[in-house]
Amino acid sequence: MKYEVVIGLEVHAQLSTNSKIFCTCANRYGEAPNTLTCPVCLGMPGTLPVLNEQAIHFAIKTGLALECSIRRYSRTARKNYFYPDLPKGYQISQYEDPICYNGKLLIETDGKPREIGITRIHIEEDAGKSIHGMGSGTGVDFNRCGVPLIEIVSEPDMRSPAEARAYLAKLKQILKYLNVSDCNMEEGSLRCDANVSLRPMGATTLGTKTEVKNMNSFRAVEKALEYEVARQTTVLDEGGRIEAVTLFWNDATEEAVLMRSKEEAHDYRYFPEPDLVPISVPEAMVETIRGQLPELPAARAERFLKAYGLNEETVRILIAEVEWARYFEDVVKTGVKAKSAATWVTGEVLRVLKEREAGLDDFPVSASRLGELIRYIEAGKISNQAAKKVFETMLTSDQAVAELIEAAGLSQVSDTDFLETIIREVLAAHPEELARYREGKKQLMGFFVGQVMKKSKGRANPKIVNQLLQSALESD
Amino acid sequence: MTISEFLERVQNAEPLNAFISVDETDIREQAKEQRKGMLGGMYVAIKDNISVLNQPLSCASHILENFVSPYDATAVKKLKYAGAIIAGKTNMDEFAMGSSSEYSHYGPVKNAINPEYVAGGSSGGSAVAVAAGIVDAALGSDTGGSVRQPASYNGILGMKPTYGRVSRYGLVAFASSLDQIGIMSKTVTDSARILEIIAGEDARDATTVPEPVPPFSQNLESQAGDWKIGLPEEYFTEGLSTSVRQAVDTQVATLKDAGATIVPISLPHTEFAIAIYYIITSAEASSNLARYDGVRYGFRHESDDLLEMYNRTRAGGFGTEVKRRIMLGTYVLSSGYYDAYYDKAQRVRRLLQSDFSNAFQSVDAIITPTTPTTAFKRGEKMDDPLAMYLNDIYTVSVNLAGLPAMSLPVGTDEDGLPIGLQIIAPAFKEETIFKIGTLIERLKS
Ligand SMILES: [Zn+2]
Repeated sequence: MKYEVVIGLEVHAQLSTNSKIFCTCANRYGEAPNTLTCPVCLGMPGTLPVLNEQAIHFAIKTGLALECSIRRYSRTARKNYFYPDLPKGYQISQYEDPICYNGKLLIETDGKPREIGITRIHIEEDAGKSIHGMGSGTGVDFNRCGVPLIEIVSEPDMRSPAEARAYLAKLKQILKYLNVSDCNMEEGSLRCDANVSLRPMGATTLGTKTEVKNMNSFRAVEKALEYEVARQTTVLDEGGRIEAVTLFWNDATEEAVLMRSKEEAHDYRYFPEPDLVPISVPEAMVETIRGQLPELPAARAERFLKAYGLNEETVRILIAEVEWARYFEDVVKTGVKAKSAATWVTGEVLRVLKEREAGLDDFPVSASRLGELIRYIEAGKISNQAAKKVFETMLTSDQAVAELIEAAGLSQVSDTDFLETIIREVLAAHPEELARYREGKKQLMGFFVGQVMKKSKGRANPKIVNQLLQSALESD
Repeated sequence: MTISEFLERVQNAEPLNAFISVDETDIREQAKEQRKGMLGGMYVAIKDNISVLNQPLSCASHILENFVSPYDATAVKKLKYAGAIIAGKTNMDEFAMGSSSEYSHYGPVKNAINPEYVAGGSSGGSAVAVAAGIVDAALGSDTGGSVRQPASYNGILGMKPTYGRVSRYGLVAFASSLDQIGIMSKTVTDSARILEIIAGEDARDATTVPEPVPPFSQNLESQAGDWKIGLPEEYFTEGLSTSVRQAVDTQVATLKDAGATIVPISLPHTEFAIAIYYIITSAEASSNLARYDGVRYGFRHESDDLLEMYNRTRAGGFGTEVKRRIMLGTYVLSSGYYDAYYDKAQRVRRLLQSDFSNAFQSVDAIITPTTPTTAFKRGEKMDDPLAMYLNDIYTVSVNLAGLPAMSLPVGTDEDGLPIGLQIIAPAFKEETIFKIGTLIERLKS
């Protein structure tokens, strides 16, 4: 039978607040285990949580960007379960009244726009991290414990694994534009669980869903969902029934294995968190945050098209990552043409970033230095080819751009006296070609330019060479 | 009191089992300094569910054996600033769950007046330490009467402030929406002075309220004619012992003779108080006590299997009463039961709260007995939880409504056991309680 795929995603994003959500410990990744802890985040007896307002701001910011309604009074709730990485024996989350609800996100698959509903966004705290293989036992690192999270729950609106991937990519792009999360899937600052079900084409009720966890990359999301869709299709085709289970994606074996059966599902015994007062969000606060929302990808694309006269494909690439777009504009600000800046950023800069699998954070060539280099090209002081060589040297040296050009001997020769001498020599060395040219074989122009360039070791300014050659050939 | 006098008293009172830990070195260290401040040199004992930096924090439970607190509770920090000497950690019912201070890993506390009898609870150790004259005052915690009831049983004063008045930071949570640190003392003045110090909004406790703290101790005088006092009919029914009733009636009559207006009032939802109290507190406790899992601190039953480690640690670490409440609380929060129990209890709680706000439309304060009877014999109710729970029948409503209340001694029964009278005031009107308390003290002498 032909089935319709129904996918909903639950995305957890760590918020990049300065401190943790309920204590004053720093919120940082990659520190030595248990160095970012205090009695509160360790769940010591008698300690109490105090809500970090920045986390609320970030959640509201995200909600507004995803066109959610913002709840004036929302509550926190305790989700109770035992696990060694959960010091209090419960996670402070939100249950009945999430801070944001009823939003949407526009995605595009195969060039077609699709609207994906956002059911809710709520805030909660992250748990610690188990460290296995410590000799005899397992250790727990509580640095991550209490890092603020938002959980963004979508409607079951996605109809294919590719759509799910596109949704996740779009969501990540927006979170990064908002500067509320690092969204690093490998470091776990962006995590994704999926609910998957199938139903006969045309059916309106939902089939039994399964939950897939542990998908740690975009590729894994798509792979795991394809796997699960195929598995459910087989089960249904063979007349079987789908069980409401939780599956764990193993990226190495590319298999989803059973993690929890329906019977083993937790009863989290949610109840309102008595240690915190309801979160009050005055209308004025929402409006202030709305007023401070940065330009989002769609608006930025529009602006780039209009303001810079770039083509759609170039704009799509430039705005894909907020820091690429920012870098591009910083290069433009140095006074170079937008088109040259775009060519350099989408060309050389992205090539190097991809080779290095790195972000712009630690990219060695600042926007102002790239701008400087482009200015040398635009002023005719260096050729495009030569500039690429200089760019390579800029990756490892922070010497002044002018010095690097000089040192490489790549500065373009625009000195007419010098060039005229070369031209004279070239013409003298090729009397036959000269004669043929003068007989009307104008195509030989390219030959002469090539000879001059060769003689100048590539440093001659082609524009000037052209002009000088023209007049030398036309005169006798 | 000199340090040697204090230590001698601790020694002499040892059979009462009021203390779990007394750090002599630390107390000598504290006493060495010239203690300045409003409470300069006052010896204040701390219930062992309130954190004192570098001191044991056991909650009278095996599961926190050897646990040493890495921080000061806000109230303790404030006491230290005000010059008080932190004079040891007092015995209690395990995790403050009990009304007799018999459910302790460290053995029962004995009544200061008659050691055959219970100290009351759960702040029994604090009450006895004050009543026996070992310390000048003590902090307890009051979730359903745990300060007022033992105060009543030992003939001292027990003050439970408004919920949100005193920071709970550092008070080991039993039922977060009701817990409040309270004060046990021999005089209204001491109680007022200490509340003045420990009260106030705290950035570490989101449930504290930015309500100004008046200088309670500077403002204790009033005339009986200033007050209109309500007597809730639901508190003077069967179950109330004759001796307690007589003592309260006599005190009320004295106030009336002195000029106070006494009116009957009704708190119609009182009959549900005990039921909703045990649902809500057990639910919160089941979650609050989840952190004692053997992973990070306290007692651990070693096992290679995680689930077995949890099970054995908690089975061996908690006492019977605590386990009973965890199970009850887990049950009432379970899916399918939540609406019928927890949610319904919260709704009735709001009705109970409006009972009080309605009453306070027409009266300044409410007077009731603190407990239906005087202290009972040790061992008598250990195996009858329901009878034990009924001890709190006059005190739990105050916590459910978040109000301030104080128990103060008003005589003794035929066996010489103390009787307590409870004054309840509107939220943040502790001043009213202190004033009426002072009036009662004055009328007695
Ligand atoms: Zn912390």
